[in-house]
Amino acid sequence: MKFAVIVFPGSNCDRDMYHAVRDGLGEEADLVWYENANLADYDAILLPGGFSYGDYLRSGAIASVSNVLNQIKQKAETGTPVLGVCNGFQILLETGLLPGAMLRNEKLKFMCHYETLVVERNDTLFTSGYEKGQEIQIPIAHGEGNYYCDDATLETLQQNNQIVFTYKNNPNGSRANIAGIVNKAGNVLGMMPHPERAVEDLLGSKDGLALFQSVLHHWREMYVTTS
Amino acid sequence: MLQQAEISPEKIEQDRLYRDMGMTDEEFQSVKNILGRQPNFTETGIFSVMWSEHCSYKTSKPLLRKFPTKGPHVLQGPGEGAGIVDIGDDKAVVFKIESHNHPSAVEPYQGAATGVGGIIRDVFSMGARPIALLNSLRFGNLTTPRVKYLLEEVVHGIAGYGNCVGVPTVGGEIQFDTSYEGNPLVNAMCVGLIEQKDIQKGIAAGVGNTVIYAGAPTGRDGIHGATFASEDLSEESESKRPSVQVGDPFMEKLLIEACLEVIQHEALVGMQDMGAAGLTSSASEMASKAGMGMEMNLDLVPQRELHMTPYELMLSESQERMLLVVKKGQEQGIIDVFEKYGLQAVAVGTVTDDKQFRLLHHGEVAAEIPVDSLAEDAPVYYKDSKVPDYFKEFQTIDYKPAVTNYAETLKQLLQQPTIASKEWVYDQYDSMVGADTVVAPGSDAAIVRVRGTQKAIAMTTDCNSRYIYLDPETGGKIAVAEAARNIISSGAKPLALTDGLNFGNPDKPENFWQMEKSVDGMSAACLALETPVISGNVSLYNESNQQSIFPTPIVGMVGLVEDIKHVTTSTFKQAGDAIYLVGETKAEFGGSELQNLLEERYYGKAPAIDLDTEASNQQAVLASIQQGLLASAHDLAEGGLAVALAESLFDTKLGAQVTVEEDATASLFSESQSRFLVSVSPEKQAAFEEAVPAAAQIGVVTETAELTVVQGDKTIILEAVPTLEALWKGAIPCLLKSKA
Repeated sequence: MKFAVIVFPGSNCDRDMYHAVRDGLGEEADLVWYENANLADYDAILLPGGFSYGDYLRSGAIASVSNVLNQIKQKAETGTPVLGVCNGFQILLETGLLPGAMLRNEKLKFMCHYETLVVERNDTLFTSGYEKGQEIQIPIAHGEGNYYCDDATLETLQQNNQIVFTYKNNPNGSRANIAGIVNKAGNVLGMMPHPERAVEDLLGSKDGLALFQSVLHHWREMYVTTS
Repeated sequence: MLQQAEISPEKIEQDRLYRDMGMTDEEFQSVKNILGRQPNFTETGIFSVMWSEHCSYKTSKPLLRKFPTKGPHVLQGPGEGAGIVDIGDDKAVVFKIESHNHPSAVEPYQGAATGVGGIIRDVFSMGARPIALLNSLRFGNLTTPRVKYLLEEVVHGIAGYGNCVGVPTVGGEIQFDTSYEGNPLVNAMCVGLIEQKDIQKGIAAGVGNTVIYAGAPTGRDGIHGATFASEDLSEESESKRPSVQVGDPFMEKLLIEACLEVIQHEALVGMQDMGAAGLTSSASEMASKAGMGMEMNLDLVPQRELHMTPYELMLSESQERMLLVVKKGQEQGIIDVFEKYGLQAVAVGTVTDDKQFRLLHHGEVAAEIPVDSLAEDAPVYYKDSKVPDYFKEFQTIDYKPAVTNYAETLKQLLQQPTIASKEWVYDQYDSMVGADTVVAPGSDAAIVRVRGTQKAIAMTTDCNSRYIYLDPETGGKIAVAEAARNIISSGAKPLALTDGLNFGNPDKPENFWQMEKSVDGMSAACLALETPVISGNVSLYNESNQQSIFPTPIVGMVGLVEDIKHVTTSTFKQAGDAIYLVGETKAEFGGSELQNLLEERYYGKAPAIDLDTEASNQQAVLASIQQGLLASAHDLAEGGLAVALAESLFDTKLGAQVTVEEDATASLFSESQSRFLVSVSPEKQAAFEEAVPAAAQIGVVTETAELTVVQGDKTIILEAVPTLEALWKGAIPCLLKSKA
């Protein structure tokens, strides 16, 4: 399976994501510079964290109008898995692929530490490797991770089962403790915590690895074991 | 701003305008001798900034020469952007510490942020990828709104820059003392990793080669910043706010990626960042180091403000700028790399063979200076040194504290800001970006693994300035020894250090004596512990309202973990493990946290240190870590054994039962040197005791989360660990919130 890690000017978790796939999962990955990218051959798209365009204007706003996002939208429509982590999630919100917006953390400070996430759904292609209700340790590192949406959107998210991860102890003021959501089709996941930083015990947790394994498992089911 | 007619050379001399730029009458006369004429305004500015303390080390040079700088593993000692140490596997680590004290005192957010930006550039300009940041901060007591503001904004600035640029901030230290009230210290250290074949230097070799300016355009910010850094802080410092630069970490991130790509380009000859003294120092140093000259056309320098004069262009300290020398005819390949990242890169000059530094502006020669005179002819001053009266007095005092309630004393110590948890600070730093951080902030040393090998890099910053104030020579030894103990406790062998020397005004003989003696002490420890000094920075004139800071020579040390399996942390691991104290405890309380708590000042003698004992204890502990005998290791420092025990229990859910000697105050709170607190699983005790004869068992790790200390048949401390932990963690947030 081949993953594209999209690199924008200012992305800084791109290599973390690349290594999580290559060394953690053991699959192929390329760092793909945002200009003149051709995503046709990739089986999954990863939007890494960092500060694309230095967070100028709004987090993720400038990256969201780059050409490569048009390709990503098309791939998303045809069912390709798209994962946006941290700034990647912010970009997905700005493009409208996922609903809602990010506010500054409730305490107005950047935060970096492990949080306990609750896996709310294990019937998505990103979470089949977890148990429903499982508690996992994944680091956060953000200043604007306070997820906000209006009542109607929240209701829709709940009705459609789009809330995939919640915080056990909400660190940033996110609505309904939301840490990660999928689109209605279930193939676009945005989350603030960093699963790519939690793929080996040496670094403190490998609870994020199952997310990447789930994506691989889904791909194998879809395209490899059909014969 | 409208362009103004430049002040004439005659007027500069007549009205002694050079004094406003920080130049003395004698220095101005030597400039005249060098040039054989009166310098014009631009030339006066260039000389004054290159001969400032910050750039020339004219006061500290005689002292810096004392440091041992060589070793079999040292690939690059002091003199380049940063020092380099071999770690095997054809790889090396590059590191340096730098101060940004004065800017941070005036504008803490930008002062701290640009301090981080500057030190990162020093590392990647050598060709290394920055892999970790550390910092060392000093503030006044957390009781005034101003000090709280400084702490909040300095931390915010470090976070704002480091997080965005994507280099993890993995460690550091903070201490609080009244002496830093008007003059906080902000020292930032960066560590980079490099393939040895990629090491590059800041030289302008090859006549006819092209000088390329890359990165952010030049503005009027930071003009004369290096001179500002070489003066005492005063009421007027507020007016120096325009000397503080403004950082753009996004630009820096692009510059990192572009420069690391350019390093692989065969057209690159040399590269140096524009730090203190901006274009002036980078260009003249590159030419001087190569034995060449340089001619630059300032009209070609990218500018973000109109009508900038040559003086402003040369002295601006605008951030995120690099100067490159590139083989003639191959400029476009380099320029293309920068353009990929949306950065400007422009040919602004050529390398010449006449050893002149020649600047053209609007078709005229704006400055022409023999280039070596800027770096090599700077004056060197041998300042007067005098033993301060306080030192003589302190040497006669044998301070003995009276403690009756040991548990209460421990609780109070845990809430002293210097001892209390710094989680409030480091939670704001992205300590994990890069996904290589094995040990994050909070342990003795931080550890970052070297991907693709079994190795890891350990790093720490340290300096107990109270001991150095009491006795600079002993304190200097302790600063190096304690940094090395931090590295050892983490399972690494200390390799080398970078020094961040922060002192008061060297014109005061008592201050210069402190500098002299602490460098002597540090040098002795460097030799004994085989940790040469490979880079560093000097910040003098750290005074406010005539009050000097405590002498604060910060040690940034890097060590090598040979095998990732050796990584050891300070917390106890399992109930039933035996607790040992390595090293001898004496009743030593001068400069201690206990003294500060009871007396609210520091006096008496600093703890003694014997460098042979220090070295042998360190070697014994490292050897037993490498043999897999230790479950945990922690360096004993501020607050002594009691604090170290408590810290080893935090975040573990475990407890400890410990027995102390007759003099419980000394056992628990003395700050004797060369000591470690370690834990050992029962089956390894025999092997450990044989390996480390200087170790004595003092207790055992227990399942119940209580700290119990027994003396004879009396229990003198019995405290629930969660209670202690809450006090320790809550102290700094509580002080910041309180409206004192």
